[in-house]
Amino acid sequence: MIAIFHNYGSLLLQGFGQTLLCSVIALIFSLIIGSMFAIFETTPIKFLRVIARIYIEVFRNIPLLVITMFFFVVIPMFIAKINGFTAGTIGLTIYTSAFIAETVRSGINSVDPGQMEGARANGLSWWQAMRHIVLPQAFRYVIPPLGNQFINLVKNSSVLAFVAGFDLMYQGNVIASDSLNTMSTYICIGILYLIITLPLSYWMRYLEKKLA
Amino acid sequence: MKKFFRLVGVIISSLALVLVLSACGSKSLADQNVVTRAKRTNTITWGVKADTKLFGLMDVKNSHINGFEVDMAKAITKQILGPKGKAEFVQVTSSTRMPLLKNGNIDAIMATMTITPERLKQVDFSRSYFDAGQSLLVKKGSPVKNVRDLNHKGATVLGVVGSNSVQNVAKFAPKARVLQLSDYAQAMTALKSGQGEALTTDNGILAGMSVENPGYVLTGGAFTKEPYGIAINKNQPEFKRDLNQALTKVEQSGQYNRLLNKWFGNVPGMNVKEMER
Repeated sequence: MIAIFHNYGSLLLQGFGQTLLCSVIALIFSLIIGSMFAIFETTPIKFLRVIARIYIEVFRNIPLLVITMFFFVVIPMFIAKINGFTAGTIGLTIYTSAFIAETVRSGINSVDPGQMEGARANGLSWWQAMRHIVLPQAFRYVIPPLGNQFINLVKNSSVLAFVAGFDLMYQGNVIASDSLNTMSTYICIGILYLIITLPLSYWMRYLEKKLA
Repeated sequence: MKKFFRLVGVIISSLALVLVLSACGSKSLADQNVVTRAKRTNTITWGVKADTKLFGLMDVKNSHINGFEVDMAKAITKQILGPKGKAEFVQVTSSTRMPLLKNGNIDAIMATMTITPERLKQVDFSRSYFDAGQSLLVKKGSPVKNVRDLNHKGATVLGVVGSNSVQNVAKFAPKARVLQLSDYAQAMTALKSGQGEALTTDNGILAGMSVENPGYVLTGGAFTKEPYGIAINKNQPEFKRDLNQALTKVEQSGQYNRLLNKWFGNVPGMNVKEMER
């Protein structure tokens, strides 16, 4: 195991960096897109509700690998050349955003409707009430399930390995086949994933305690 | 501070768990004498490819694997165990074959595996049963004529994880970028969608792809020698001797040439006469 770190340190580091980068990008954008669709789902405007419903149901129920392969194979054939890393990150963002949308929506729904009514009665517009009164409470409720989604996101980033995205899993496959030392390699890879996910997990717990 | 220690405790215990799990099952089936077991069960289990046309390809209609290597494995099994010997086939990929052999799930690998010095440190090989060489597959009309045309910045070569052909690219075209995909079907899809200029691996495998995809052709000829061998676990001298003897018998009886012609006789760009034994 030490030998793996010693001989393939640069590959592992590159993989670690790519996984981290992909996770951060996907995390930020899936949170934004997911929250947006969650709000769409709870608006009084029927058109937006339908759009959000379709988006969530389609992307939540397709395997991540299929979405990613679509961006890796189909998009370059007809539209624009995108590499494996981009395809993987886009796929991961879309897939996770559907789950985050459902999570945030459940948070919004669990805020007492009286909050919204009270805010509206005090003269706030629907959007103002949502932004200042409902969403802050909703996010507090959904921190634990959101943490789950974030951890899943980091682990799901291993989908990049299938589209040559140079992430940790990809480098793991390369190192395993090069060193022929499969077990140690995947243990190293597992440890590197833990280095990303454990602090994330603890940070979510801390947030939960602080805000609850 | 107390919290900090708790965090450290959790991290250490999870690492310890990983280590404990990894230590399980080190003594296994792989250490038993394969010949004795094969004679008792009347079966040899082979790891073969299921995604490689002409060598080992899954027939989706009846889920049998067919190909040159499968036929060879059957012939060798019959030589070792007699006419009633059974050959069982397990589907492997370039990256799963080594672990499967080492933990004893398969007795021997016959999966387009080149004999290399690095691999000889981990496993034993029989004599070579097929003389392949690395080549390139490109789109018809591509400017790439041989491997030197790929030696520039911005060139992308597609390969498969765990095959030594990707390491050869680093030797022959060090400036090209190599994308390693998980299997040949995916590498071919990536070539079609323009993720790279050329797909590289052994000529026999590329020939199979070229047969299936008429818009893509072999180019530049073979630039390496890649003798395929049957890989077995170390410390199985008896099995190795039996395999080599069986291979010799298959070659002498003319069955080898018949199988070679059956699978590679009609492939454009393959010189079967040169490979006959």
